[in-house]
Amino acid sequence: MADQPTQVQHDGPTPSRRDFIYVASGAVGAVGVALVAWPLIDQLNPDASVKALASIEFDLSGIEEGQTLTIMWRGLPVFVRHRTADNITVAQNTPLTDLKDPEPDSARVKEGHEQWLIMIANCTHLGCIPVGDAGDFGGWFCPCHGSHYDTAGRVRKGPAPKNLVLPPYDFVSDTLVQIG
Amino acid sequence: MSEHSTYTPGNPFSKWLDDRLPIIRFSKEHLLDYPTPKNLNYWWTFGAILVVMLVIQIVTGIILAMHYTPNIAMAFDSVELLRRDVNSGRVLQAAHAVGASMFFVAVYIHIFRGLFFGSYKSPREVLWILGVLLFVLMITTAFMGYVLPWGQMSFWAATVITNIIGAVPFVGESVLQLLRGGFAVGNPTLNRFFSLHYLLPFIIAAVVVLHIWALHVPGNNNPTGVDVKSTRDTVPFHPYITMKDLYAVVLFMIPFAWFVFFAPDILGHPDNYIMANSQVTPAHIVPEWYFLPFYAILRAVDFNILFIDSKLGGVIFFAGAIVVLFFVPWLDRSPVRSGLFRPLFKWFYALFVINFIGLAYLGAAPADGRVLGIDVPTFSKICTAYYFIYFLVILPILPRFETTRPLPASISENVLGKAHA
Ligand code: HEM
Ligand code: FES
Repeated sequence: MADQPTQVQHDGPTPSRRDFIYVASGAVGAVGVALVAWPLIDQLNPDASVKALASIEFDLSGIEEGQTLTIMWRGLPVFVRHRTADNITVAQNTPLTDLKDPEPDSARVKEGHEQWLIMIANCTHLGCIPVGDAGDFGGWFCPCHGSHYDTAGRVRKGPAPKNLVLPPYDFVSDTLVQIG
Repeated sequence: MSEHSTYTPGNPFSKWLDDRLPIIRFSKEHLLDYPTPKNLNYWWTFGAILVVMLVIQIVTGIILAMHYTPNIAMAFDSVELLRRDVNSGRVLQAAHAVGASMFFVAVYIHIFRGLFFGSYKSPREVLWILGVLLFVLMITTAFMGYVLPWGQMSFWAATVITNIIGAVPFVGESVLQLLRGGFAVGNPTLNRFFSLHYLLPFIIAAVVVLHIWALHVPGNNNPTGVDVKSTRDTVPFHPYITMKDLYAVVLFMIPFAWFVFFAPDILGHPDNYIMANSQVTPAHIVPEWYFLPFYAILRAVDFNILFIDSKLGGVIFFAGAIVVLFFVPWLDRSPVRSGLFRPLFKWFYALFVINFIGLAYLGAAPADGRVLGIDVPTFSKICTAYYFIYFLVILPILPRFETTRPLPASISENVLGKAHA
């Protein structure tokens, strides 16, 4: 057996017509299965009614200096903080080398509106809502796994990898913002 | 096993049926005559206890679903109504909630039994892998079930755990939205979790069938780890094991019933009797006790590892802690199965058990607290390290340094030797 090389029989040296038909019908079948499977999966994605809530307007005039409000945007809680002058100086004077996710304070707020800090409230670790005016840096403390954020919402300590996320927003006037 | 069935159909009908669907023959072979090592101890009764628990969860679950409303506005109240107004609802709801805990008590004992007696070793690798798969399915089912009452803990468990998927690079965020059906956990999430929570136990039941099939091919391991050599080493499943299992099930039902009737909420968390609120996280969120060791591992990684940030790192260790179980049959290089004959292994195993309980304790401790004078993050790192070292270093290397005790020639010799000593 060992010294008797076995010959594998091919239909021919080049792929035959039959091979081609096999591969072609297999490929068409696979595409068909994928097309049928897609709606079965895609139905899980956010539906139109969820997406419809994508943009809101919010009036800031009622928020006192030092106060933080939590509002809802796309089902997510959003912190709106009216920062004190002290909050702002501390945030601006923090050297970037002290930061885990370095970002200057100016990148966290809109120019001319430094007193308004608007951020998605979910901790960038696993999504809990940090507690305000707490932690070692005068900003927020996340009770879930102990992340500390400063007065610009930047992570300073703990397992959170990133600064609190800024939603897309613009000032319509000095006291009106549009989020989303 | 190779033993052939002794079944002879007793009447013309069973003969007729046997030629067409040999279901009686099959049942007799696998439920009555199946040869079982005669030295099995009570650690071997937990498989049967698990089957009973699965049946209890399915029966109580189907009943609960008759009263439950999967909608974020009504879910919380529907569970409260079930507990207060529905006849026997209090007991049925408690049986399902406590039942999940008891199910995990049994599965942990079952897994640790396997780890000690080397039940995962050849030729039982597939049996073991199916077992780990069952464990993963159980975790998923229990997690989704916990979300259904839509209390504060339900909501935040769902948020934190789904966020784990968000840690996956590149695709994480889109998969996260696909999973939740929204930008945050909400009504679509609750609906799909209900649908899947109903489905998964039946998948579990199907995998249990494969698990038992994979058990019946090589047959049971036993406390000595020595292979069955002759029919003298075995007893038929019925009545010996059926009665012993039944007795163990009855004993197991005693603490179960105690919880259901006297302390139905003690294993849960008071915050879950506050309806979900997406704007406030409870001050101290903890998962159900049976997830605590893995939760402690997730939390232990609060530092970046090269380009992997702390969040992804935590997730990798968390998933790794379960995935590593799939590889145990190949990680453990010792040819001796049973820990009883491995003088060094015993100590590392005992430490592993203590370490695992320690992880559970740490998982419940506040992130900024201290345990035995050591801060929780540091302590968690030490315990996480030992968890992995046990599987990845000790199991593969230990056999080189260990002189195992002589094995008995057969199960019978072992049993009789003991009796004469
Ligand atoms: C729904 C969950 C489960 C059910 C209903 C179940 C059921 C059973 C039953 C009835 C047996 C035979 C009796 C016994 O040895 O106790 C068994 C054996 C076994 N199971 Fe499971 N099991 C489950 C989960 C698991 C898990 C999570 C693992 C491991 C990770 C596992 C590993 C094993 C092993 C290794 C055996 C063979 C033990 C031996 O006889 O040596 N099982 N299982
Ligand atoms: S979710 Fe905030 S620290 Fe983990």
